[in-house]
Amino acid sequence: MAVGKEIRTKIKSIQNTQKITRAMEMVAASKMRKAQQRMQASRPYAKKIRSVIGHLSQAHPEYRHPYLQEKESIKRVGLIVVSSDRGLCGGLNTNLFKATVKSIRAWRDEGVEVDLCLIGQKGIGFLKRLGNVRAQVGHLGDAPSINDLIGSVKVMLDAFDSGELDRIDVVYNEFVNTMTQKPSVDQLLPIQADEVDEELKHHWDYLYEPEAKDVLTDLLVRYVESQVYQGVVENIACEQAARMVAMKAASDNAGDLIGDLQLVYNKARQAAITQEISEIVGGAAAVS
Amino acid sequence: MTMTVHVDIVSAESEIFSGTAKMVHASGEMGDLGILPRHAPLLTKLKPGEVRVERTDGEEDFYYISGGMLEVQPHCITVLADTAIRAKDLDEAAAKQAKERAEQALRDQKGEIDLAQAERELVQALAQLQAIQKLRKKTGR
Repeated sequence: MAVGKEIRTKIKSIQNTQKITRAMEMVAASKMRKAQQRMQASRPYAKKIRSVIGHLSQAHPEYRHPYLQEKESIKRVGLIVVSSDRGLCGGLNTNLFKATVKSIRAWRDEGVEVDLCLIGQKGIGFLKRLGNVRAQVGHLGDAPSINDLIGSVKVMLDAFDSGELDRIDVVYNEFVNTMTQKPSVDQLLPIQADEVDEELKHHWDYLYEPEAKDVLTDLLVRYVESQVYQGVVENIACEQAARMVAMKAASDNAGDLIGDLQLVYNKARQAAITQEISEIVGGAAAVS
Repeated sequence: MTMTVHVDIVSAESEIFSGTAKMVHASGEMGDLGILPRHAPLLTKLKPGEVRVERTDGEEDFYYISGGMLEVQPHCITVLADTAIRAKDLDEAAAKQAKERAEQALRDQKGEIDLAQAERELVQALAQLQAIQKLRKKTGR
């Protein structure tokens, strides 16, 4: 009996899709946990280096590093955009690009040029036409190492050193919780000093070995790298969370669709059986 | 009671050690350092080598770090360890690579556009195929 063959095939195909989305949901859930751990693991370094820089800005060193000084006029801004490598994660990247485009537009309205540094395949694909791309890196995987980022960050820092860039911002998704990810734009350079700790606000300075300039440059470069790394790791946690939620919604929708189709199929089958019986009865009546 | 100092050893990717210690040994760029509690504020680069922490319970911990920074405050010592092996020319090479990738992408843009076009054509062809299949099913009945 070939009742509702199309419907059966359709149900089968949706079931297959549902299997995939469900598997992706579970994979994303387990990856998210790991990504969150990685995010937490990199926090102490960022916190420590921040506190060292905080101490530095209070220490009145004889040497003022350019990374710590606000520029008088801003002509060109560098944006480091952190996006995911893969899609199927809901509106995560779209929201991030919207925030990026908005920021680019705001700068251009003020007559400021924007240069880009793109991290992640999605950003490379979408944003490369929007501005001058200085550096890009993709395919970082689930566990990026700071090694992969050094090159791209250095390109931007070199541009800042040579005075081509007057400010560097980093754009990434902030992990609020599993359900919420917020695109955020943070200023990276020049570094904004935290409020001064009253307790330490007397005149003192570090002993520097070898020289203040070298040590400070190293420290500040590391600070910038760790901030970008933090952004990347956080973005990965966001990606997995967003994918988990998106895939859960997809699985639920597939379930609803299957339910509806099953109902249609049952009705069609019922109708066919009824029709067959009535035909037999009608035939028998005609013969007798 | 012996004087102690709080020690944190962190790398960008994880926290390595956090606790109190009697003394910390590290190999600074200008020579080896042994730091006791209440040391004057010091900021120095570290060479690749070991960091030795003498804990309050008399045990010693050894950590190998591939360079980094050391910050000393009278009551706390922070080691910011590098995860990457840093060398100036290595960094330079990485930077060059990143730049080249961007330039390459710019040069290949034409190719990408072709790809986008091909993709569009593929989608159209698929849609046509689907339509034909549907038609066939209907007429086959």
